[in-house]
Amino acid sequence: MSIQVDHVTKRFGAFVVLNDVSLHVQEGELVALLGPSGCGKTTLLRILAGLEKPDRGRIFLHGTEATNRRVTERRVGFVFQHYALFRHMTVAENVAFGLTVQPRSLRPSPARIQERVRELLTLVQLQAMAGRYPSQLSGGQRQRVALARALAVEPKLLLLDEPFGALDAKVRKELRRWLRRLHDELHITGILVTHDQEEALEVADRVVVMHQGNVEQIGTPDEVYEHPASPFVCQFLGDVNVFHGRAVQERNFPALPPLPDGELVAPVGTVDEREITFVRPHDLDLNRNRMNPAQVEAIVRYVLTAGSRVRIELIAQNSTQAIEVELTKERYRELNLREGEVVFVHPRRRQVFKILRS
Amino acid sequence: MKSLSITSTKDLLWKDSLTTESPLIRRLLIGTALLYLTFFLFIPLAAVFAEALKDGIVAYVESLLNEDALASIRLTLLVAAVAVPLNALFGVAAAWAIAKFDFVGKQILITLIDMPLAVSPVISGLIYVLLFGLQGWFGPWLADHDIKIMFALPGIVLATIFVTVPFVARELIPLMQSQGREEEEAAITLGASGWQMFVHITLPNIKWSLLYGVILCNARAMGEFGAVSVVSGHIRGLTNTMPLHVEILYNEYNAVSAFAVASLLTLLAVVTLAVKAIVERKTHFPTIVADPMSEVQTGSIR
Repeated sequence: MSIQVDHVTKRFGAFVVLNDVSLHVQEGELVALLGPSGCGKTTLLRILAGLEKPDRGRIFLHGTEATNRRVTERRVGFVFQHYALFRHMTVAENVAFGLTVQPRSLRPSPARIQERVRELLTLVQLQAMAGRYPSQLSGGQRQRVALARALAVEPKLLLLDEPFGALDAKVRKELRRWLRRLHDELHITGILVTHDQEEALEVADRVVVMHQGNVEQIGTPDEVYEHPASPFVCQFLGDVNVFHGRAVQERNFPALPPLPDGELVAPVGTVDEREITFVRPHDLDLNRNRMNPAQVEAIVRYVLTAGSRVRIELIAQNSTQAIEVELTKERYRELNLREGEVVFVHPRRRQVFKILRS
Repeated sequence: MKSLSITSTKDLLWKDSLTTESPLIRRLLIGTALLYLTFFLFIPLAAVFAEALKDGIVAYVESLLNEDALASIRLTLLVAAVAVPLNALFGVAAAWAIAKFDFVGKQILITLIDMPLAVSPVISGLIYVLLFGLQGWFGPWLADHDIKIMFALPGIVLATIFVTVPFVARELIPLMQSQGREEEEAAITLGASGWQMFVHITLPNIKWSLLYGVILCNARAMGEFGAVSVVSGHIRGLTNTMPLHVEILYNEYNAVSAFAVASLLTLLAVVTLAVKAIVERKTHFPTIVADPMSEVQTGSIR
């Protein structure tokens, strides 16, 4: 089912949760709504499900307007953040619920319902748990029950609200892959809400980055990560070092005192001469000697060698700004750095944004 | 104390001298509590039955089978049979509205529900006299149309309903608020109608608290004295509920009969407490089972 969100605005009291949001999702796509808490992503998901009504704007599902269509008529599968399993029902009863409440004329026979429940529990690998109650399951198992329950009514659209939020890192990773495979098998349109950029980049076909009720950028994981449209996107997707500087050719790198607050930022190519530069830790390199005059001089403060890469925290000499650098183990060994040494920081890649005075 | 054989959990409690008071203070506290309870609860309770059976079992049964006594029992049961279901219905509706929706005047509604507990029952009764009494606001109109509310069954029922309004609602509001709306929302996204959602999801989740509220409500409805006393008119065999009948008998120095009827009310209280204890165990049991889930849930909230 294709989805069209058309200039949707939603307020809770004076607080604008969604500000004129537009979005198009193609049939069969898996899209992630990514943003910090309070950015409006869950509200948008609930509007799509019909659990909230937009103040302005329209929703089209499969090409027809559904803004005022009731939840029960939308044929949407919704997986809640805390699963919302029916605690007084067994796993099998939970999964069967959507089928048993169908009007008698549409309802499958009890035998057929049982069969369908068995199929779904096999799909989510929980056949053995059919007779258990939700409280007897682990978080990851509950998550899969919730998914099976949502899939039972054969929804055309699957909406997942922070589906892996409450799980530990390892289970999360497994379930993520599993969801991706499931999606590829079922060809169902899916929208996933998350605040975890890694999750969004790994699972989704496209990522919608949201911030304070606005859509900041829509694109494939590569697009949003490699070509962020705004400083917010750049900062939200992964660690980043921020340098404030002036737009003198190749001389914007030395860290200058931070600019005053309250200024707008826009992509390069517009008005003013002030710029802000973002460099990811792994896009920075260190040298023992100054290679060009624009390099920042810094002191090595901490070296963290645990993990696949070495993380180094530096302090810039002239501004006391902290800089984070990530090196490969080989590069680190080659440099043979020690804490307290003076090095020069060299950016291999960076994102530059101009600052607009408001 | 130590020589007693105690179950393992109690054993632990006693032995844990690091976290408990000294034996002297412990015994003093327990002793005081027991003495207090004996004086103020157990002795009066025993006295009711002792007085009732003072002239033997025959006199006891006779005073219960007395026509007026039977009428008061019938009336009390009838009043409870009307008031309790109505308040259960209202309690569920009010708790639902308060827990699941945001609306203007929500706080006022919560306060209003508590009002009957804050107001003296006598005043609750007087309110109805003021409204429906002969000199009251609607009194003349009711008299013209030959509708009797005061000093009749409708007045007693109204006063009882008023006094027992809070019991079910107060029991359900915190529970429904803590349960949130997610399960109900899940049900409607799965295609359930409002009624199906209520029957299959909401009701099973609140059933034990609802039963608990109904038990308390029933105990109060049958035992209410003050409000009913004001509106009943004390007509023997007609508008006397059991508590009122007890008072009349007692004032007539008919102690045995008074205590016999009182013993029925006492029995009701004892049965209510027993059922309440069972229901309480049931209401607490599922929350213990559900604990791992709530842990996971709170763990995820940042």
